[in-house]
Amino acid sequence: MSRDDSPKDQHRLIATAMNAGSPQARALGFETLEIGGGVAILKVPYRPEIVGDPETGVIAGGVVTTLLDHASSQAVHAAMAEWTTIATLDLRIDYMRPAEPGRDILARAHCYKLTRSVGFVRAVAYEDHPDNPVAAAQAAFMLDSSAGRKPGANLKPPRDPGDKA
Amino acid sequence: MSDADTRLSAVLSSIPYARFIGMRAELAGDEMTAILPFADHIIGNPMLPAIHGGVLGAFMEMTALAQLSIAEPLKRQPRTIDISIEYLRSGRPLTTFARAQIKKVGRRIANVHVEAWQEQRAAPIAALRGHFLLTSAED
Repeated sequence: MSRDDSPKDQHRLIATAMNAGSPQARALGFETLEIGGGVAILKVPYRPEIVGDPETGVIAGGVVTTLLDHASSQAVHAAMAEWTTIATLDLRIDYMRPAEPGRDILARAHCYKLTRSVGFVRAVAYEDHPDNPVAAAQAAFMLDSSAGRKPGANLKPPRDPGDKA
Repeated sequence: MSDADTRLSAVLSSIPYARFIGMRAELAGDEMTAILPFADHIIGNPMLPAIHGGVLGAFMEMTALAQLSIAEPLKRQPRTIDISIEYLRSGRPLTTFARAQIKKVGRRIANVHVEAWQEQRAAPIAALRGHFLLTSAED
């Protein structure tokens, strides 16, 4: 797995597939501005429906959570030479300040370490510059998370209900 | 409707993003259960299919905010300071439930734990711990 000479075209395809293919990402209008070398920069365009507190007109913290999760997973894909399924293990987010009302939010995620099983990511959400973040995140992703699971696997009940689905 | 009921419906209807993902909540006495019916637009991974991890995080965060709003009158929504989400199982195309426990409410800060499950309460699909900045109605 190489991090620096990653095939940009393939990463671009993954980003497009993840934004257009994921109904929630599509519903929120996520767009990948940059992807490659373990880094992904995504944008969520401002819309009144995704506001958290109408008194302030600021995009909901939950949308920022979704954006940071989505950007972080694209950063993991951008750090891998070959595509594999991944799943978020944990995600910690610090909200530093309210976002500016009525503005798009960007997220820059960097997968700074990749092991055989886990990808580690740091990400920030901001309007203009990553140095002035709205929120910062730290996440871990399991690689090859659906090993052996076929499409539609979640439509069936788990074999052992306590099993990790 | 009790005061708590009124505050709960007020807080959920005041969050456009809660409506966007289709979240609602029910009160049994002082116990609140948040409900997220499955819908196509909350899918993250269309292959499995699985609910978007961000949506589950947002759902649990708003469950915490709703629980805080019914616990005591607040002038405005609490502000999220930090959240830590653990993903335990993938979110299947089913209704998801969540319950929040307020572990501590101080003068300014509250600590809340949330757990989300689908078919079995004992097999949670995700958990959240968070700190929230409060502004009480008296301030």
